Amino acid sequence: MSPRILVGIFLVLLMVGPLVLPEFHITLLNYIGLYALVALGLVLLTGVGGLTSFGQAAFVGLGAYTTGYLTTAESLPAVLSWFGASPWLTLIAGLLVTLAVAGVLGLLTLRLSGHYLPLGTLAWGMSLYFLFGNVSFLGGHTGMTGIPPLSLFGFELRAGRHLYYLIWLILLAAVWMTQNLLDSREGRAIRALKNGGIMAEAMGVDTARSKMVIFLIAAAFAAISGWLYAHMQRFVNPTPFGLHIGIEYLFMAVIGGAGHVWGALVGAGLITVLKQWLQDLLPRVFGASGNFEIIVFGLLMIFVFHRARDGLWPLMARVLPVKRHARTVPSAEPLSRRAHPAVGTKLLEVRDAVKKFGGLVANNRMSLEVHAGEILALIGPNGAGKSTLFNLVTGVDPPTSGEVRFLGDRIDGRSSREIARRGMSRTFQHVRLLPAMSVLENVAIGAHLRGGAGVAAAAVHGERAEEARLLTEAARQIERVGLADSMFDAAGSLALGQQRAVEIARALASDPSLLLLDEPAAGLRYLEKETLADLLRKLRDEGMGILLVEHDMDFVMGLADRVVVMEFGEKIAEGLPEEVQRNPAVIEAYLGGVE
Amino acid sequence: MDLQIALLLTQDGIVNGAIYALLALALVLVFAVTRVIFIPQGEFVAFGALTLASFQTAKVPGTLWLLIGMGAVISIIELLSSSRRRGGRRRLTFALGWNLAYPAALAVITLLAKPGDWPLALQVLLALALVVPLGPMIYRLVYQPLASASVLVLLIVSVAVHLALVGLGLLFFGAEGSRTPAFSEASFSLGDVTVTGQTLWVIGASLLLIVALYIFFERSLWGKALRATAINRVGAQLMGISTTQAGKLCFLLAAAIGAMSGILVAPITTIYYDTGFLVGLKGFVAAIVGGMISYPLAAAGAVLVGLLESFSSFWASAFKEVIVFTLIIPVLLWRAMTPHHVEEEEE
Repeated sequence: MSPRILVGIFLVLLMVGPLVLPEFHITLLNYIGLYALVALGLVLLTGVGGLTSFGQAAFVGLGAYTTGYLTTAESLPAVLSWFGASPWLTLIAGLLVTLAVAGVLGLLTLRLSGHYLPLGTLAWGMSLYFLFGNVSFLGGHTGMTGIPPLSLFGFELRAGRHLYYLIWLILLAAVWMTQNLLDSREGRAIRALKNGGIMAEAMGVDTARSKMVIFLIAAAFAAISGWLYAHMQRFVNPTPFGLHIGIEYLFMAVIGGAGHVWGALVGAGLITVLKQWLQDLLPRVFGASGNFEIIVFGLLMIFVFHRARDGLWPLMARVLPVKRHARTVPSAEPLSRRAHPAVGTKLLEVRDAVKKFGGLVANNRMSLEVHAGEILALIGPNGAGKSTLFNLVTGVDPPTSGEVRFLGDRIDGRSSREIARRGMSRTFQHVRLLPAMSVLENVAIGAHLRGGAGVAAAAVHGERAEEARLLTEAARQIERVGLADSMFDAAGSLALGQQRAVEIARALASDPSLLLLDEPAAGLRYLEKETLADLLRKLRDEGMGILLVEHDMDFVMGLADRVVVMEFGEKIAEGLPEEVQRNPAVIEAYLGGVE
Repeated sequence: MDLQIALLLTQDGIVNGAIYALLALALVLVFAVTRVIFIPQGEFVAFGALTLASFQTAKVPGTLWLLIGMGAVISIIELLSSSRRRGGRRRLTFALGWNLAYPAALAVITLLAKPGDWPLALQVLLALALVVPLGPMIYRLVYQPLASASVLVLLIVSVAVHLALVGLGLLFFGAEGSRTPAFSEASFSLGDVTVTGQTLWVIGASLLLIVALYIFFERSLWGKALRATAINRVGAQLMGISTTQAGKLCFLLAAAIGAMSGILVAPITTIYYDTGFLVGLKGFVAAIVGGMISYPLAAAGAVLVGLLESFSSFWASAFKEVIVFTLIIPVLLWRAMTPHHVEEEEE
């Protein structure tokens, strides 16, 4: 059975459902749809982006309360009055309010390291909830009644079975758009967030922006869910927007499978049905009334984390015929290339760079130059300060003093992203690939700055032409480093040497004028080194400048045009490989002095 | 507002602040050593207070059944794992002693010796004996298998544990709140303000606990082992410090601090099964003020939270919680503004 048929059966069941099911089940399905929409936002935020929010229920509340207030208030201030005309306008108002609040909260918390965000969401989840309950024009703890039903072309969606179609239509549209977004240039940037921002930033991804984007999308989904909820219940009070419900949303996403869009549906369905059943069963078992289902949810959650950390969807995906990723590369015209400087042009110039960490001088008055069409090797014993220099040049750490120029412009103190944009690309000493993504997608991240389609275009897949060109470019670079056969394999399944080659392909995908390689030959076998050396020579002959930090002397001496030797943070020698090899200071640094 | 009210509010704020300070210290401790953000801290506050209250109404506290139940589950796990491993006989005896014999002994005492007739001090001790071991037990059951997980996973798990414990709290103690008798009925007049004996008890006990913790961390080998683990887990492990033991010890301390805080405040405020969560979260706000790593800053933050709460309850009592939880936002802003060094990220 093909995935297409499965989705077809699912859709037909959804369509036919309300015609045959009793009202009670339709209500339950409506709730599942509303919850799944919020959980879908959390899939994007938590499962894919690695950010966690316990406060989504508060965003649902903002959506619900905005429409509740605007559609029921006796007299609205003049500025707001036109919103009261139709619930469809209050949806826009609700989204605006929610995005504004989420934007401010995001600005405050997204910059902070991992766990501050969820802690922050706990806190504002609480305060918004108390606010709903204590503001008199929002009805206080008793809430607001008399919210009108939605109407569509003059037809009022009063009954649950009418609203059902709207809810599920919106949900499926959201699923479709989220899936599209993840399978795009912006989506790759989002998926790169979880494994640390340094790599993504070095490839030109604005990680702060990507985080904000998914935070806002998740908040928007929650607000839409709240708007639907308010017009379904025709009544709002603070209870469904409290912190405990916010926690429940997160549980839905995690139990369903936070890394997958369908996980949101599975989780929302399971938790909603389970809650219904337990709320009925447990008070009878314990002989007391209360929300005892939270005991079961808590234990279930712990169990899921112990036994199936990725949630239920991956387990289901094993038996269901799920759509596999396409194993073809679309053929498209190549991307336009930047104007590369002529051979011999001075690309990189480091002058008197000093980097101090407290009292430790890691780099002392380091200077070097790299020209287009040459390979400069930077060598030196462990702890000589090579990696520090690498970080200064690539914008990971700013120098304490001194200058770094690229093509004549000062770049010291600029961000990695800005430096990448100017035509410098790098690899990492400790391979930084996204292990679950295919080699092709990993390399395509390198081409991030060569595309320009935004989130909205990606969500409706309006950028397929550009996407095809990006993937074509990625595939070309993968062939270049000799990995065409592994293009569709998960990057994490490759051997270390191959992973290093993927890193180089990723750097090449950005069409750099200067390539910085941090110990590319470490862990490579002899033949792999030979292939790598051939590739680097070819790149040099095409006019690229290459700065190579390396330990492997044989590799360096056979390859580099010039060599700079560092020890204790300073340059001790510079010159042709043969000269450097005969230099007594270098011999002493490497082999120890002759007593 | 006149001076008298201001002094009264300050007194209230300091008492609550002392409790938040204790909780904040425990949270910082647990986070530093195990990377667990210990949301269920608040449940220990409620469990401590309500267990004591159960004795006084001659009921059997549900925490006894929880202790027996968790002990039994751990015993089964230890038995199963020791059958797969050789040479764990001593360890097994130790584990069974703590997880089977100890709860059984407490069950006999609680059920037969009528703790309701005991003097208050002994009741407090029995309540602590029942509640505190739940801390290391939770560590063993929930967190130990996840020791290598990310902070985020541990946080979500903490929330799950919190939910399960709140639900159990409702089951054990019902929805009604309880108050316990004061440790001392004495009261003193300082000018216009009356200071109750209980207030002094809370502040005194908090200070004493903080000093005791300080001495523990500075002077004892175990304290130093915990600090070493907090600074560098792998390094501590290589030096022969068991991170599992360190984790259990932390949870023991956190549970003890939580239960003790609950017992201290129960005569001042009515404690419900879910009170702990709010109290714990305010400890959190305090801990965040301290950046989750600095003890003195966390304690200062706690007093700030306590004062803010008592003064806002006077001016805008409906918005008390909003104000306290919104405090976190300027604090986060301030922390976001402070530059930090680019570090090698978690891989």
